[in-house]
Amino acid sequence: MCLAIPGKIISIEHQFDGLVRMAKVSFGGIIKEASLEMIPQAKIDDYVLVHVGVAISIVDEAEAKRTFQYLEEMGEVEDELNISDFLPDAKTYRT
Amino acid sequence: MKFLTEYRDPEVAKQYLEEIKKVVTRPWTIMEVCGGQTHSLVKNGILELLPEQINMVHGPGCPVCVTPLNLIDKAIYLAEEKNVILCSFGDMLRVPGSKRSLLEAKANGADIRILYSPLEAVKIARENPDREVVFFAVGFETTAPANALSVIHAHRFGLTNYSILASHVLVPPAIEAVMEDDESSIQGFLAAGHVCAIMGIMEYYPLVERFNVPVVVTGFEPIDLLQGILMTVRQLEKGEAKVENQYTRIVLEEGNMNAQDIIYTVFEVTDRLWRGMEIIPMSGYQVKSEYAAYDANQKYDIDIEEAPENEECIAGEIMKGIRKPIDCQHFGKKCKPENPIGAPMVSSEGACAAYYHFSGAIHKIEEQLS
Ligand code: SF4
Repeated sequence: MCLAIPGKIISIEHQFDGLVRMAKVSFGGIIKEASLEMIPQAKIDDYVLVHVGVAISIVDEAEAKRTFQYLEEMGEVEDELNISDFLPDAKTYRT
Repeated sequence: MKFLTEYRDPEVAKQYLEEIKKVVTRPWTIMEVCGGQTHSLVKNGILELLPEQINMVHGPGCPVCVTPLNLIDKAIYLAEEKNVILCSFGDMLRVPGSKRSLLEAKANGADIRILYSPLEAVKIARENPDREVVFFAVGFETTAPANALSVIHAHRFGLTNYSILASHVLVPPAIEAVMEDDESSIQGFLAAGHVCAIMGIMEYYPLVERFNVPVVVTGFEPIDLLQGILMTVRQLEKGEAKVENQYTRIVLEEGNMNAQDIIYTVFEVTDRLWRGMEIIPMSGYQVKSEYAAYDANQKYDIDIEEAPENEECIAGEIMKGIRKPIDCQHFGKKCKPENPIGAPMVSSEGACAAYYHFSGAIHKIEEQLS
Protein backbone atom coordinates (compact mmCIF):
# COMPACT_ATOMS: atom_id res chain seq x y z
CA MET A 1 0.00 0.00 0.00
CA CYS A 2 2.97 2.32 0.59
CA LEU A 3 4.35 1.57 -2.81
CA ALA A 4 4.84 4.43 -5.25
CA ILE A 5 4.98 3.51 -8.91
CA PRO A 6 6.64 5.56 -11.66
CA GLY A 7 4.60 6.34 -14.76
CA LYS A 8 4.54 8.78 -17.68
CA ILE A 9 2.12 11.69 -17.90
CA ILE A 10 0.21 11.40 -21.16
CA SER A 11 -2.33 14.16 -20.67
CA ILE A 12 -3.24 16.84 -18.17
CA GLU A 13 -6.72 18.16 -17.66
CA HIS A 14 -8.68 20.40 -15.39
CA GLN A 15 -11.74 18.65 -14.10
CA PHE A 16 -14.87 19.77 -12.30
CA ASP A 17 -14.98 23.30 -13.65
CA GLY A 18 -11.26 23.73 -13.21
CA LEU A 19 -11.32 22.82 -9.52
CA VAL A 20 -8.95 19.90 -9.87
CA ARG A 21 -5.85 19.35 -11.97
CA MET A 22 -5.45 15.71 -12.89
CA ALA A 23 -3.11 13.81 -15.19
CA LYS A 24 -3.58 10.59 -17.04
CA VAL A 25 -0.51 8.53 -16.26
CA SER A 26 0.59 5.44 -18.11
CA PHE A 27 2.13 2.68 -16.02
CA GLY A 28 3.52 0.40 -18.71
CA GLY A 29 0.25 0.77 -20.61
CA ILE A 30 -2.15 0.72 -17.65
CA ILE A 31 -3.70 4.19 -17.56
CA LYS A 32 -4.69 5.70 -14.21
CA GLU A 33 -5.55 9.18 -13.10
CA ALA A 34 -3.25 11.00 -10.73
CA SER A 35 -3.51 14.36 -9.02
CA LEU A 36 -0.78 16.89 -9.77
CA GLU A 37 -1.55 18.96 -6.69
CA MET A 38 1.75 18.09 -4.97
CA ILE A 39 3.90 18.70 -8.05
CA PRO A 40 2.24 21.53 -9.95
CA GLN A 41 5.31 21.95 -12.17
CA ALA A 42 4.83 18.54 -13.83
CA LYS A 43 4.25 18.55 -17.61
CA ILE A 44 3.15 16.11 -20.27
CA ASP A 45 5.85 13.47 -20.94
CA ASP A 46 7.34 13.89 -17.46
CA TYR A 47 7.78 10.74 -15.41
CA VAL A 48 6.23 10.91 -11.98
CA LEU A 49 6.16 8.70 -8.91
CA VAL A 50 2.52 8.04 -8.03
CA HIS A 51 1.22 6.87 -4.69
CA VAL A 52 -2.50 6.07 -4.21
CA GLY A 53 -3.58 8.37 -7.02
CA VAL A 54 -1.34 11.31 -6.19
CA ALA A 55 1.93 12.15 -7.93
CA ILE A 56 4.53 12.82 -5.22
CA SER A 57 7.70 13.55 -7.21
CA ILE A 58 9.14 13.87 -10.68
CA VAL A 59 11.73 11.25 -11.61
CA ASP A 60 14.05 11.04 -14.57
CA GLU A 61 13.09 8.77 -17.41
CA ALA A 62 15.86 6.20 -17.05
CA GLU A 63 15.22 5.89 -13.33
CA ALA A 64 11.46 5.59 -13.88
CA LYS A 65 11.86 2.84 -16.45
CA ARG A 66 14.33 0.90 -14.35
CA THR A 67 12.15 1.08 -11.24
CA PHE A 68 9.00 0.19 -13.15
CA GLN A 69 10.65 -2.83 -14.71
CA TYR A 70 11.86 -4.01 -11.32
CA LEU A 71 8.42 -3.61 -9.74
CA GLU A 72 6.78 -5.37 -12.65
CA GLU A 73 9.21 -8.29 -12.50
CA MET A 74 8.49 -8.64 -8.82
CA GLY A 75 4.74 -8.69 -9.42
CA GLU A 76 4.22 -5.53 -7.37
CA VAL A 77 2.63 -3.38 -10.07
CA GLU A 78 -0.24 -5.75 -10.59
CA ASP A 79 -0.90 -6.00 -6.87
CA GLU A 80 -1.03 -2.25 -6.56
CA LEU A 81 -2.94 -1.25 -9.69
CA ASN A 82 -5.32 -4.13 -10.29
CA ILE A 83 -6.78 -3.67 -6.91
CA SER A 84 -8.24 -6.69 -5.26
CA ASP A 85 -9.67 -8.43 -8.28
CA PHE A 86 -9.26 -11.59 -6.27
CA LEU A 87 -11.86 -10.56 -3.74
CA PRO A 88 -15.36 -11.98 -4.07
CA ASP A 89 -17.61 -9.68 -6.10
CA ALA A 90 -15.50 -6.60 -5.44
CA LYS A 91 -17.56 -3.62 -6.49
CA THR A 92 -14.50 -1.84 -7.69
CA TYR A 93 -14.97 1.65 -8.87
CA ARG A 94 -13.23 2.51 -12.10
CA THR A 95 -13.27 5.65 -14.14
CA MET B 1 16.70 -17.46 -4.58
CA LYS B 2 14.68 -14.95 -6.50
CA PHE B 3 17.20 -12.23 -5.94
CA LEU B 4 20.17 -13.58 -7.81
CA THR B 5 18.26 -15.06 -10.70
CA GLU B 6 15.72 -12.37 -11.41
CA TYR B 7 17.19 -9.08 -10.49
CA ARG B 8 18.82 -7.61 -13.53
CA ASP B 9 22.04 -6.64 -11.94
CA PRO B 10 23.16 -9.37 -9.60
CA GLU B 11 26.75 -8.24 -10.07
CA VAL B 12 26.11 -4.90 -8.39
CA ALA B 13 24.26 -6.65 -5.59
CA LYS B 14 27.17 -9.01 -5.10
CA GLN B 15 29.59 -6.11 -4.87
CA TYR B 16 27.52 -4.51 -2.13
CA LEU B 17 27.27 -7.79 -0.26
CA GLU B 18 31.04 -8.27 -0.49
CA GLU B 19 31.60 -4.73 0.72
CA ILE B 20 29.23 -5.24 3.67
CA LYS B 21 31.10 -8.44 4.56
CA LYS B 22 34.40 -6.57 4.40
CA VAL B 23 33.26 -3.72 6.61
CA VAL B 24 31.44 -5.65 9.31
CA THR B 25 33.52 -6.84 12.26
CA ARG B 26 30.90 -7.23 14.98
CA PRO B 27 27.22 -8.10 15.34
CA TRP B 28 24.80 -5.25 14.68
CA THR B 29 21.04 -5.01 14.97
CA ILE B 30 19.41 -2.75 12.39
CA MET B 31 15.72 -2.00 12.00
CA GLU B 32 14.08 -1.22 8.68
CA VAL B 33 11.12 0.87 9.73
CA CYS B 34 9.00 0.52 6.64
CA GLY B 35 6.88 -2.52 5.82
CA GLY B 36 7.55 -2.04 2.11
CA GLN B 37 11.24 -2.51 2.88
CA THR B 38 10.53 -5.59 5.00
CA HIS B 39 8.59 -7.02 2.07
CA SER B 40 11.44 -6.31 -0.35
CA LEU B 41 14.17 -7.64 2.00
CA VAL B 42 12.34 -10.92 2.53
CA LYS B 43 11.00 -11.36 -1.00
CA ASN B 44 14.39 -10.75 -2.58
CA GLY B 45 16.11 -13.11 -0.19
CA ILE B 46 18.43 -10.40 1.11
CA LEU B 47 18.13 -11.47 4.74
CA GLU B 48 19.77 -14.80 3.90
CA LEU B 49 22.52 -13.21 1.87
CA LEU B 50 23.65 -10.76 4.54
CA PRO B 51 26.54 -11.77 6.77
CA GLU B 52 25.43 -13.43 9.98
CA GLN B 53 26.58 -10.52 12.14
CA ILE B 54 23.84 -8.35 10.69
CA ASN B 55 20.50 -8.88 12.35
CA MET B 56 17.71 -7.08 10.54
CA VAL B 57 14.60 -6.54 12.67
CA HIS B 58 11.32 -5.40 11.22
CA GLY B 59 9.70 -2.18 12.29
CA PRO B 60 6.18 -0.88 12.79
CA GLY B 61 5.92 0.77 9.35
CA CYS B 62 2.96 -1.24 8.13
CA PRO B 63 -0.12 1.01 8.25
CA VAL B 64 -2.52 -1.87 8.05
CA CYS B 65 -0.78 -3.60 10.97
CA VAL B 66 -0.90 -0.66 13.36
CA THR B 67 -4.47 0.49 12.71
CA PRO B 68 -6.28 -0.15 16.01
CA LEU B 69 -8.83 -2.90 16.30
CA ASN B 70 -11.39 -0.37 17.49
CA LEU B 71 -11.13 1.62 14.26
CA ILE B 72 -11.76 -1.48 12.17
CA ASP B 73 -14.82 -2.13 14.33
CA LYS B 74 -15.86 1.49 13.76
CA ALA B 75 -15.49 1.14 9.98
CA ILE B 76 -17.62 -2.00 10.04
CA TYR B 77 -20.18 -0.28 12.24
CA LEU B 78 -20.48 2.61 9.79
CA ALA B 79 -20.97 0.24 6.87
CA GLU B 80 -23.44 -2.01 8.65
CA GLU B 81 -25.40 0.30 10.92
CA LYS B 82 -25.18 3.71 9.27
CA ASN B 83 -25.61 2.38 5.75
CA VAL B 84 -22.63 4.33 4.41
CA ILE B 85 -20.59 3.37 1.37
CA LEU B 86 -17.38 2.45 3.17
CA CYS B 87 -14.34 2.76 0.92
CA SER B 88 -10.95 1.35 1.79
CA PHE B 89 -7.58 0.29 0.43
CA GLY B 90 -7.74 -3.43 -0.37
CA ASP B 91 -5.13 -4.35 2.24
CA MET B 92 -7.46 -3.44 5.11
CA LEU B 93 -10.22 -5.83 4.09
CA ARG B 94 -8.96 -9.05 5.62
CA VAL B 95 -7.62 -7.57 8.84
CA PRO B 96 -9.52 -9.09 11.74
CA GLY B 97 -11.76 -6.77 13.75
CA SER B 98 -13.06 -7.89 17.12
CA LYS B 99 -15.96 -9.81 15.59
CA ARG B 100 -15.31 -9.84 11.88
CA SER B 101 -13.25 -8.28 9.12
CA LEU B 102 -14.44 -5.74 6.56
CA LEU B 103 -14.39 -8.54 4.00
CA GLU B 104 -16.82 -10.59 6.08
CA ALA B 105 -19.04 -7.55 6.56
CA LYS B 106 -18.98 -7.07 2.79
CA ALA B 107 -19.95 -10.70 2.20
CA ASN B 108 -22.88 -10.10 4.59
CA GLY B 109 -24.11 -7.35 2.31
CA ALA B 110 -22.51 -4.15 3.63
CA ASP B 111 -21.56 -1.71 0.86
CA ILE B 112 -17.79 -1.84 1.20
CA ARG B 113 -15.71 -0.86 -1.81
CA ILE B 114 -12.05 -1.37 -2.49
CA LEU B 115 -10.32 1.58 -4.06
CA TYR B 116 -6.87 2.42 -5.29
CA SER B 117 -7.08 6.06 -4.27
CA PRO B 118 -9.06 8.18 -1.78
CA LEU B 119 -9.77 10.57 -4.66
CA GLU B 120 -11.97 7.88 -6.19
CA ALA B 121 -14.06 7.89 -3.03
CA VAL B 122 -14.75 11.61 -3.54
CA LYS B 123 -16.02 10.83 -7.03
CA ILE B 124 -18.30 8.16 -5.64
CA ALA B 125 -19.66 10.73 -3.16
CA ARG B 126 -20.23 13.18 -5.99
CA GLU B 127 -22.08 10.61 -8.05
CA ASN B 128 -24.19 9.37 -5.14
CA PRO B 129 -25.53 12.53 -3.52
CA ASP B 130 -28.21 10.55 -1.68
CA ARG B 131 -25.64 8.26 -0.01
CA GLU B 132 -23.00 8.91 2.64
CA VAL B 133 -19.47 7.93 1.68
CA VAL B 134 -16.66 7.30 4.19
CA PHE B 135 -13.04 6.61 3.25
CA PHE B 136 -11.02 4.54 5.72
CA ALA B 137 -7.95 6.77 5.69
CA VAL B 138 -5.06 4.72 7.05
CA GLY B 139 -1.40 5.28 6.36
CA PHE B 140 1.90 6.91 7.22
CA GLU B 141 3.19 10.28 6.06
CA THR B 142 3.38 9.01 2.46
CA THR B 143 -0.37 8.50 2.27
CA ALA B 144 -1.45 11.46 4.41
CA PRO B 145 -1.31 14.03 1.58
CA ALA B 146 -3.58 11.90 -0.63
CA ASN B 147 -6.08 11.42 2.18
CA ALA B 148 -5.96 15.12 3.07
CA LEU B 149 -6.39 16.01 -0.59
CA SER B 150 -9.58 13.96 -0.74
CA VAL B 151 -11.00 16.20 2.00
CA ILE B 152 -9.85 19.32 0.13
CA HIS B 153 -11.49 18.04 -3.06
CA ALA B 154 -14.73 17.28 -1.25
CA HIS B 155 -14.64 20.77 0.25
CA ARG B 156 -14.00 22.41 -3.13
CA PHE B 157 -16.90 20.49 -4.65
CA GLY B 158 -19.14 21.52 -1.77
CA LEU B 159 -19.92 17.91 -0.90
CA THR B 160 -21.64 17.22 2.39
CA ASN B 161 -21.79 13.43 2.06
CA TYR B 162 -18.06 12.67 2.22
CA SER B 163 -15.89 12.06 5.28
CA ILE B 164 -12.79 10.13 6.30
CA LEU B 165 -12.18 7.76 9.20
CA ALA B 166 -8.59 8.79 9.82
CA SER B 167 -5.97 6.53 11.32
CA HIS B 168 -2.77 8.31 10.44
CA VAL B 169 0.52 7.44 12.04
CA LEU B 170 3.99 9.00 11.90
CA VAL B 171 7.44 7.45 11.67
CA PRO B 172 9.67 9.59 13.94
CA PRO B 173 7.57 9.11 17.11
CA ALA B 174 7.48 5.38 16.36
CA ILE B 175 11.29 5.31 16.24
CA GLU B 176 11.29 7.04 19.62
CA ALA B 177 8.85 4.53 21.07
CA VAL B 178 10.88 1.63 19.77
CA MET B 179 14.12 3.06 21.21
CA GLU B 180 12.55 3.82 24.57
CA ASP B 181 11.47 0.22 25.05
CA ASP B 182 13.76 -1.42 27.63
CA GLU B 183 14.03 -4.60 25.58
CA SER B 184 15.16 -2.78 22.47
CA SER B 185 18.58 -3.69 21.12
CA ILE B 186 18.40 -1.66 17.92
CA GLN B 187 21.61 0.11 16.91
CA GLY B 188 20.67 1.66 13.58
CA PHE B 189 17.68 2.47 11.41
CA LEU B 190 16.83 2.43 7.75
CA ALA B 191 14.24 5.21 7.44
CA ALA B 192 11.43 4.88 4.91
CA GLY B 193 12.24 6.48 1.56
CA HIS B 194 8.77 7.51 0.49
CA VAL B 195 7.84 8.90 3.91
CA CYS B 196 10.89 11.15 3.59
CA ALA B 197 9.99 12.04 0.00
CA ILE B 198 7.03 13.84 1.57
CA MET B 199 8.40 15.00 4.94
CA GLY B 200 12.08 15.47 4.19
CA ILE B 201 14.77 14.38 6.60
CA MET B 202 15.02 17.18 9.19
CA GLU B 203 12.89 15.28 11.71
CA TYR B 204 15.58 12.64 12.06
CA TYR B 205 18.41 14.90 13.28
CA PRO B 206 17.06 15.21 16.84
CA LEU B 207 16.49 11.45 16.99
CA VAL B 208 20.04 10.69 15.96
CA GLU B 209 21.30 13.07 18.59
CA ARG B 210 19.08 11.81 21.36
CA PHE B 211 19.57 8.07 20.84
CA ASN B 212 22.99 8.12 19.22
CA VAL B 213 21.92 5.81 16.38
CA PRO B 214 22.59 6.09 12.65
CA VAL B 215 19.51 6.76 10.53
CA VAL B 216 19.88 6.14 6.79
CA VAL B 217 17.01 7.18 4.54
CA THR B 218 16.68 4.25 2.15
CA GLY B 219 14.73 3.20 -0.95
CA PHE B 220 12.95 -0.07 -1.65
CA GLU B 221 14.80 -1.90 -4.33
CA PRO B 222 17.37 -4.57 -3.46
CA ILE B 223 20.31 -2.37 -4.39
CA ASP B 224 18.88 0.53 -2.35
CA LEU B 225 18.49 -1.70 0.68
CA LEU B 226 21.99 -3.16 0.37
CA GLN B 227 23.43 0.32 -0.01
CA GLY B 228 21.42 1.58 2.98
CA ILE B 229 22.60 -1.33 5.10
CA LEU B 230 26.21 -0.73 4.03
CA MET B 231 25.97 2.97 4.93
CA THR B 232 24.52 2.08 8.33
CA VAL B 233 27.15 -0.56 9.05
CA ARG B 234 29.94 1.82 8.04
CA GLN B 235 28.68 4.37 10.54
CA LEU B 236 28.29 1.76 13.26
CA GLU B 237 31.78 0.36 12.72
CA LYS B 238 33.25 3.87 12.95
CA GLY B 239 31.20 4.67 16.03
CA GLU B 240 29.29 7.41 14.21
CA ALA B 241 25.63 8.35 14.38
CA LYS B 242 24.45 10.57 11.55
CA VAL B 243 21.48 11.07 9.29
CA GLU B 244 22.40 9.98 5.78
CA ASN B 245 20.34 9.86 2.63
CA GLN B 246 20.77 6.85 0.37
CA TYR B 247 17.65 7.71 -1.65
CA THR B 248 18.78 11.11 -2.95
CA ARG B 249 17.20 10.50 -6.35
CA ILE B 250 13.77 10.83 -4.71
CA VAL B 251 14.25 12.40 -1.28
CA LEU B 252 15.09 16.07 -0.84
CA GLU B 253 16.28 17.47 2.48
CA GLU B 254 13.08 19.52 2.81
CA GLY B 255 10.74 16.89 1.32
CA ASN B 256 7.77 17.94 -0.80
CA MET B 257 6.54 21.26 0.61
CA ASN B 258 3.30 21.24 -1.38
CA ALA B 259 2.43 17.88 0.11
CA GLN B 260 3.28 19.11 3.62
CA ASP B 261 1.05 22.17 3.09
CA ILE B 262 -1.83 19.92 2.11
CA ILE B 263 -1.29 17.71 5.15
CA TYR B 264 -1.24 20.66 7.57
CA THR B 265 -4.27 22.25 5.94
CA VAL B 266 -6.41 19.29 6.94
CA PHE B 267 -4.60 17.49 9.74
CA GLU B 268 -3.03 18.28 13.09
CA VAL B 269 -0.74 16.11 15.17
CA THR B 270 -2.33 14.04 17.93
CA ASP B 271 -1.63 11.07 20.23
CA ARG B 272 -2.39 7.72 18.60
CA LEU B 273 -2.90 4.17 19.71
CA TRP B 274 -0.83 1.73 17.65
CA ARG B 275 -2.31 -1.72 17.36
CA GLY B 276 -0.27 -4.22 19.37
CA MET B 277 1.81 -1.40 20.88
CA GLU B 278 0.48 1.46 22.96
CA ILE B 279 -0.59 5.06 22.76
CA ILE B 280 2.39 6.92 21.41
CA PRO B 281 2.31 10.67 22.15
CA MET B 282 2.02 12.98 19.15
CA SER B 283 2.35 10.06 16.76
CA GLY B 284 -0.50 10.60 14.33
CA TYR B 285 -2.80 12.98 12.55
CA GLN B 286 -6.39 13.86 13.23
CA VAL B 287 -8.71 16.05 11.17
CA LYS B 288 -8.58 19.71 12.27
CA SER B 289 -11.69 21.32 13.68
CA GLU B 290 -12.10 23.50 10.55
CA TYR B 291 -12.73 20.31 8.61
CA ALA B 292 -14.79 18.55 11.28
CA ALA B 293 -17.63 18.07 8.79
CA TYR B 294 -15.32 15.69 6.90
CA ASP B 295 -14.26 13.70 9.97
CA ALA B 296 -16.32 10.53 10.31
CA ASN B 297 -15.33 10.33 13.98
CA GLN B 298 -17.05 13.64 14.67
CA LYS B 299 -19.81 13.35 12.10
CA TYR B 300 -21.28 10.06 13.28
CA ASP B 301 -22.29 8.95 16.66
CA ILE B 302 -20.31 5.72 16.70
CA ASP B 303 -21.58 3.67 19.55
CA ILE B 304 -19.25 0.72 20.02
CA GLU B 305 -17.21 -0.63 22.87
CA GLU B 306 -13.46 -0.87 23.00
CA ALA B 307 -12.74 -4.57 22.38
CA PRO B 308 -9.64 -6.30 23.75
CA GLU B 309 -6.83 -7.34 21.41
CA ASN B 310 -6.25 -10.99 20.70
CA GLU B 311 -3.56 -11.79 23.26
CA GLU B 312 -2.17 -14.70 21.31
CA CYS B 313 -0.66 -12.36 18.75
CA ILE B 314 2.82 -11.00 19.47
CA ALA B 315 2.69 -8.43 16.66
CA GLY B 316 3.65 -5.60 19.04
CA GLU B 317 6.92 -7.27 19.99
CA ILE B 318 7.64 -8.04 16.35
CA MET B 319 7.04 -4.44 15.30
CA LYS B 320 9.34 -3.22 18.04
CA GLY B 321 12.06 -5.50 16.76
CA ILE B 322 12.15 -7.57 19.93
CA ARG B 323 11.01 -10.77 18.24
CA LYS B 324 10.65 -12.20 14.73
CA PRO B 325 7.58 -13.76 13.10
CA ILE B 326 9.06 -17.24 13.44
CA ASP B 327 9.24 -16.72 17.22
CA CYS B 328 5.44 -16.64 17.34
CA GLN B 329 4.01 -20.02 18.29
CA HIS B 330 1.08 -19.54 15.93
CA PHE B 331 3.08 -18.56 12.86
CA GLY B 332 2.11 -20.79 9.94
CA LYS B 333 0.05 -23.01 12.22
CA LYS B 334 -3.01 -21.37 13.70
CA CYS B 335 -2.17 -18.11 11.96
CA LYS B 336 -1.96 -18.07 8.17
CA PRO B 337 -2.81 -15.47 5.54
CA GLU B 338 -6.15 -17.18 4.80
CA ASN B 339 -6.96 -17.27 8.47
CA PRO B 340 -4.95 -14.55 10.22
CA ILE B 341 -4.90 -13.96 13.95
CA GLY B 342 -3.07 -10.65 13.67
CA ALA B 343 -2.76 -7.92 11.09
CA PRO B 344 0.93 -8.55 10.17
CA MET B 345 -0.18 -11.86 8.65
CA VAL B 346 -2.58 -10.01 6.32
CA SER B 347 -0.90 -7.05 4.74
CA SER B 348 1.70 -7.47 2.04
CA GLU B 349 3.77 -5.10 4.17
CA GLY B 350 3.34 -7.13 7.33
CA ALA B 351 6.41 -9.02 8.54
CA CYS B 352 4.49 -12.23 9.27
CA ALA B 353 2.96 -12.38 5.78
CA ALA B 354 6.33 -11.63 4.18
CA TYR B 355 7.98 -14.47 6.14
CA TYR B 356 5.07 -16.78 5.35
CA HIS B 357 5.12 -16.21 1.61
CA PHE B 358 8.76 -15.69 0.84
CA SER B 359 11.21 -16.75 3.51
CA GLY B 360 10.99 -20.51 3.30
CA ALA B 361 10.24 -20.54 7.04
CA ILE B 362 6.93 -22.16 6.34
CA HIS B 363 8.52 -25.28 4.83
CA LYS B 364 10.36 -25.87 8.08
CA ILE B 365 7.11 -25.59 10.01
CA GLU B 366 5.32 -27.94 7.63
CA GLU B 367 8.15 -30.45 8.07
CA GLN B 368 7.76 -30.25 11.83
CA LEU B 369 4.04 -30.75 11.56
CA SER B 370 4.19 -33.73 9.21
S1 SF4 C 1 2.10 -15.02 13.22
FE1 SF4 C 1 -0.01 -14.27 13.45
S2 SF4 C 1 -0.42 -14.41 15.64
FE2 SF4 C 1 1.81 -14.51 15.38
S3 SF4 C 1 2.49 -12.39 15.53
FE3 SF4 C 1 2.17 -12.78 13.37
S4 SF4 C 1 0.07 -12.10 13.00
FE4 SF4 C 1 0.27 -12.30 15.24
